[in-house]
Amino acid sequence: MLEGLLIGLETAFSLQNLLMVIGGCLIGTFIGMLPGLGPMSIIAIMIPVAISMGDPSAALILLAGVYYGAIFGGSTSSILLNAPGVAGTVASSFDGYPMAKQGKAGKALTIAAIASFAGGSIGALLLMVFAPALSSVALLFHSAEYFALMVVGLSAIAAFAGTGQVAKALMMTVLGLIMATVGEGALFNLPRFTMGIMDLQSGFGFITLAMAMFALPEALFLVLKPSNIQGGEGGKITDLRISRAEAKSIAPVIGRQSIQGFFIGVLPGAGATIASFLGYAVERNIAPKAEQEEFGKGSIKGLAAPETANNAACTGSFVPLLTLGIPGSGTTAILLGALIALNVTPGPRLMIDEPQVFWAVIMSMFIGNLVLLILNLPLIPYIAKVLSVPRNYLIPFILFFTLMGAYIGQNNATELLLLVGFGVCATALRFADYPLAPLLIGFILGGMLEDNFSRSMQLFDGIAFIWERPMTLALLTIAAILVVLPSYRARRARLRRAGTADGD
Amino acid sequence: MALDRWIALILLGVCLTYGYTAWFTMDDGLAPFMRRNPIWPSTFPKVLSILGVVASTIILLGLEKGEAKAGEIDYRKLGDYNIGQALLLLGLMVAYALCLRPVGFITSTAGFLILGSVILGERKWHLMVPVALCATLLVWYLVQEVLGIYMRPLPGFVGG
Repeated sequence: MLEGLLIGLETAFSLQNLLMVIGGCLIGTFIGMLPGLGPMSIIAIMIPVAISMGDPSAALILLAGVYYGAIFGGSTSSILLNAPGVAGTVASSFDGYPMAKQGKAGKALTIAAIASFAGGSIGALLLMVFAPALSSVALLFHSAEYFALMVVGLSAIAAFAGTGQVAKALMMTVLGLIMATVGEGALFNLPRFTMGIMDLQSGFGFITLAMAMFALPEALFLVLKPSNIQGGEGGKITDLRISRAEAKSIAPVIGRQSIQGFFIGVLPGAGATIASFLGYAVERNIAPKAEQEEFGKGSIKGLAAPETANNAACTGSFVPLLTLGIPGSGTTAILLGALIALNVTPGPRLMIDEPQVFWAVIMSMFIGNLVLLILNLPLIPYIAKVLSVPRNYLIPFILFFTLMGAYIGQNNATELLLLVGFGVCATALRFADYPLAPLLIGFILGGMLEDNFSRSMQLFDGIAFIWERPMTLALLTIAAILVVLPSYRARRARLRRAGTADGD
Repeated sequence: MALDRWIALILLGVCLTYGYTAWFTMDDGLAPFMRRNPIWPSTFPKVLSILGVVASTIILLGLEKGEAKAGEIDYRKLGDYNIGQALLLLGLMVAYALCLRPVGFITSTAGFLILGSVILGERKWHLMVPVALCATLLVWYLVQEVLGIYMRPLPGFVGG
């Protein structure tokens, strides 16, 4: 391993590759900030550039830099505008945006930068140590377990996003899953629920839905209630520093979430989105009662958890790609395509045949995280200037970027009409206090959930997989407990309260 | 009945329609060889429709008691907010969607940005028009030249 490390260091520290890391991170951050352009689209755009370089190490280093730059940039727009451009940073807006609204945008961005750095670096360290071993763990998971794992993820999201309204959160998750079934599924090649409309053949666009659920209602709320926006002087980011006590309180969160996020990232299909939501849910659940109340209202732990977890998961998602040649997410699938175009086949032999590629990528992850921290922390006050733009200019621009994000993704004007329609529905749902995040997550996971469910059904010729595979049964039991427990606890608390009241 | 229960009623209707399609009409066109499969295209939707009906009924009947909390905006007093501006902006977005192809990107985007500011009460034309034009041209350049996605800049009859 030491020899590999030295080869990696030598390759990663060449001038060309250093420039690639810095360039990739900067491009990723700036484009990732724009709502609607996620890492997948940015990497897809950068592929021609990467391939034309001809050097696989440099290409992968550039694309990996773009990847975590985009995740970092996405969290910046989540915090400042509540308009997450990337699904993996949706959870960062839960507490990041309330902090920005309280005038603590600087602090929120610093915590995000530090948490991302720590998550990414610890993730890279784990990748270096565990990459070969972890591939065998991921291999143990069959589609039945993947299905069960996704159910656990969804129920955790539903149970925790609802703040005591589990039924509403569950309804939104199911609605997301229902929306995911619209269009042509990969397994059956049959159009379902399209009502004969050609534009629905390929299903709803993820970006359109994300924009409609988050960016558009937020912009409409800004219009409806002008006091929501900070205005001129509020945009000044002054307090970048975090206190010793704050650092102390987020340190264990960062430690836990780096590890948890990394391992979730390793599992194909899970990735940064589940890692961030699960990280948020776990931290919220294990926090002391007083701090639990803070979650969703600007808790620093609630921001550090998803930020650490999503970056650690991004690093983790490289494990199946580099060691098995199986992409675990859309983004790593694009990276796989780029590598094959450069005549490198990722897989178990990559470490033996092309050690410089394998180790240089890992080394460049450390450099990339450092670049993000060093470049972005000082740049934060400038990045945050977005907030000081007057409302009359800011709102049309947010709306425009929302429209553009949906349009560029699909190149279809019907998508814009869908965006406005869904946006109005989402605003009504927000009025009635329905949580919107579970809908989007249900939508993202819907396809994968159904694929894995179908595959297990086919393998076991029915639903026998539920009891024939103990791990699946255990995971599904956990999912059921997650859904029932909050209502049960709330009910007991209410009965107890009522009981004491009667006694008085 | 509160808004959340009205919405639950609508969602119940959606789930019932969805469920009806999944349970009764979807499998009609299924090829015979696919019927031997343990899983049909309608299997997963069937499960979802049951879950959806259960969840929406729980909300509709108010079985799960939650603590009532004041939302960010009280929908009962929508008239107190800038509802007119919001509706006009939504209308503008629909107009933008319909105009983007026929009128061209630059014309419709600049128009959208300027009119959007005007709806929100901006009257500094000397600032508004240059900002909108610069932003439009910059985005068009990025999308067209850097990303390589074709967007007709001007209306067809001007040669765009």
